[in-house]
Amino acid sequence: MKPNPLRLPEDRRLARIAGPSSLVIFGVTGDLAFKKLIPAIYDLAAGGLLHPGFSVVGYGRRDWDDEQFRALIKESIAAHAREDISEQVFNTLAGGLRFVEGTFDDDSGFTRLAEVLAELDAERGTAGNHAYYFSIPPSQFPVVTEGLARAGLTQGAKGQWRRVIIEKPFGQDEASAAELNQTVERVFPAEAVFRIDHYLGKETVQNILALRFANSMYEPIWNAHYVDHVQITMAEDIGVGSRAGYYDGIGAARDVIQNHLLQLLALTAMEEPVSLKAEDVRAEKEKVLAAVAPLGHIPSAAARGHYLSGWQGGQHVKGYLEEDGIPDDSRTETYAAIRLEVNNRRWQGAPFYLRAGKRLGRRVTEIAVVFKDAPAHLFPEIKQGQLGQNALVIRVQPDEGVTMRFASKVPGPAMQVRNVTMDFGYGHAFTETSPEAYERLILDVLRGDAPLFPRHREVELSWRILDPVMRYWEEQGQPEGYLPGTWGPASADQLLVRDNRVWRRP
Amino acid sequence: MIIELKDTTSTQIQKRLIQAREEGGAVALGRVLTFLIHTDGAKEEKVIQAANDASREHPMRIVVISEPASGTDTPGLDAEIRLGGDAGASEVVILRPTGQGDNYLAGLVNGLLLPDAPVVTWWPDQCPECMADTELGQISQRRILDSLEMGSGLSGLESVARGYRPGDTDLAWSRITGWRTQLAATLDYLDVTRIDSARVAGVPDNPSVMLLAGWLGHTLGHDVSVDATAPMGIGGVHEVVLVTDAGEVRLTREDDHTVQLSVPNQPDFSLFLPRRPLASLLAEELRRLAPDTVYGEVLTGGLRWVRHAS
Repeated sequence: MKPNPLRLPEDRRLARIAGPSSLVIFGVTGDLAFKKLIPAIYDLAAGGLLHPGFSVVGYGRRDWDDEQFRALIKESIAAHAREDISEQVFNTLAGGLRFVEGTFDDDSGFTRLAEVLAELDAERGTAGNHAYYFSIPPSQFPVVTEGLARAGLTQGAKGQWRRVIIEKPFGQDEASAAELNQTVERVFPAEAVFRIDHYLGKETVQNILALRFANSMYEPIWNAHYVDHVQITMAEDIGVGSRAGYYDGIGAARDVIQNHLLQLLALTAMEEPVSLKAEDVRAEKEKVLAAVAPLGHIPSAAARGHYLSGWQGGQHVKGYLEEDGIPDDSRTETYAAIRLEVNNRRWQGAPFYLRAGKRLGRRVTEIAVVFKDAPAHLFPEIKQGQLGQNALVIRVQPDEGVTMRFASKVPGPAMQVRNVTMDFGYGHAFTETSPEAYERLILDVLRGDAPLFPRHREVELSWRILDPVMRYWEEQGQPEGYLPGTWGPASADQLLVRDNRVWRRP
Repeated sequence: MIIELKDTTSTQIQKRLIQAREEGGAVALGRVLTFLIHTDGAKEEKVIQAANDASREHPMRIVVISEPASGTDTPGLDAEIRLGGDAGASEVVILRPTGQGDNYLAGLVNGLLLPDAPVVTWWPDQCPECMADTELGQISQRRILDSLEMGSGLSGLESVARGYRPGDTDLAWSRITGWRTQLAATLDYLDVTRIDSARVAGVPDNPSVMLLAGWLGHTLGHDVSVDATAPMGIGGVHEVVLVTDAGEVRLTREDDHTVQLSVPNQPDFSLFLPRRPLASLLAEELRRLAPDTVYGEVLTGGLRWVRHAS
């Protein structure tokens, strides 16, 4: 019934619940499915946000039966879900758990999948609405989409929907991203393709929009007139570990900067959207990504490195080249930093510095908006450089929150100033556990809301920014080494020194 | 930590709060609102516990004004401060004024309100004729009562309606959010063009039953019949039926945790829709502090659509 008479627009108590549907997970045997997806689905069910007939179908190459699958899922929920497991919620969910054994190039597997989905439509009332989660390498996308197409699973009858969810990497450069996109969009319409960037599901990232546009004290100074520069950091203290096979040949820039960091840049730098609807937010993000100036002289706008062996936090760790499965002559970077300029009136003269790396000082993701110096004539501390610049830091993870750094008078007879911080921690102000990113994202897919999912155009624009850097690095030798537990190679520091700036210690 | 203050004043309580904060390093900066509870003291601990639990979602300062009906006559004020482990994520100040009528309540609590933060007042065991006209109501953005405490169904709600001002709300209304959500969600995906009739079954002196019927009447614009039959053990709403051109949509409570959903052309489902504890209802009330206009419309206009089934 359109419009729904029971949904008065001013009635904000009523949550929107996903309608009847099922989720098919390809690559269900992997870590992501058991550590993130299944627990997120359970938490959604426990919160009453899923239809009671909601079903999950695992597709993979194991000879599990439904019972074994259910037992594994129960374990994963007990270990990783936010909510304690309740028999009642689990039993409702378990009624819709199925496992289909099959390989990706095997038509009989897809035929069985079609049968199971038809069965679920009848028994669980999933109403022909099915979402396919590709938790598999992109090289497998064509095989799976074609398998689905041949089994008649890509198109529903009138009023039914089919959606596909894909994870990064969205290609390795602009050309391969376009190719990948074609494979998927040949079979599924653009609005049925959901690209998951789990960063965008995080509360703190969504809070960027709230901080900027629900307040009036930040927006007036959110421009190059007051902002000196912006630093976006995503640091990990771990090495590549078990991801070596995937990571080599990809590197920090493709793995993190192309998607997460450029999305954070877009949210930080974009203009105010006309509404918070998906297309309006997306339009502003695309605009600002398109306004990023092409990099001129690459060596003075980008730096890279890989970690060496050494002692980190009381533990001896291997260097990147010594990790299992990494060739000695690998040229993959585990640290990348770039300096970007946004060609518009708001940001002209205030560059964005993006850095991402492994085996750095600590695990932290944050956006730091650094403001210009105050006039120095009143306070000698400013002239002497004792006083840092004002900064507004959005801590994305861990310890989510916002910090402001500013100068304050030191108590005492003399007029002395020093920097102090003012802190907002999500954990202090809102002690309820925040939903996991995947919960929000899966729910949005099932409801067909897509404000947090990048479209192909954004992916394409991000690659356009990064491609020249990647091409240049490929022509060079091995990246510069840096010691584990430090903040990256010397060339990264040079990147800022050239502009008379320094990296903040996050 | 529990601090007892005998024969004290608001100023001394305030000083002690700041002192305790400095000693304990307990920071009160993240508090989002001040929550006043005006109680006769009979259910004091239960009420504080619920507010403490709700403060996990909404960090707040809780100020309890506990006025037993039979107090001593000497005017004065005793107080108790609870912090840290004894107060969940909140800080609790319990005020026990003595000497009935000598204390002007707003003057008593004003010094303890957080700067700028909104004030919400809850009357857990009494229903003032008009909440907004009370001393505490005048300083509150949001006023909460529980009409279930009055226990007289439609006639009780009519008196609540007479005293209604925007910003008022009722826990009997939050008790049916789950039902309302499920009904709205079901109509989201059903192919329905017309709803011919609606009926609600449940305990007739339960205000939630009446509010649910009133909400349906208000949104659908036609009469809703209330059937006073509910099996033993089902306290509030027992069943809701919408008769549509596609068939019947029916939600029936099976037990304290589950509700059965029947929809045309679909198998029946057991929905997990547990009866909610007080803390969960309060947490919902505190989520949005703007007046709940839908509640106001249902209370003051929707109830006229309610017909008792003969």
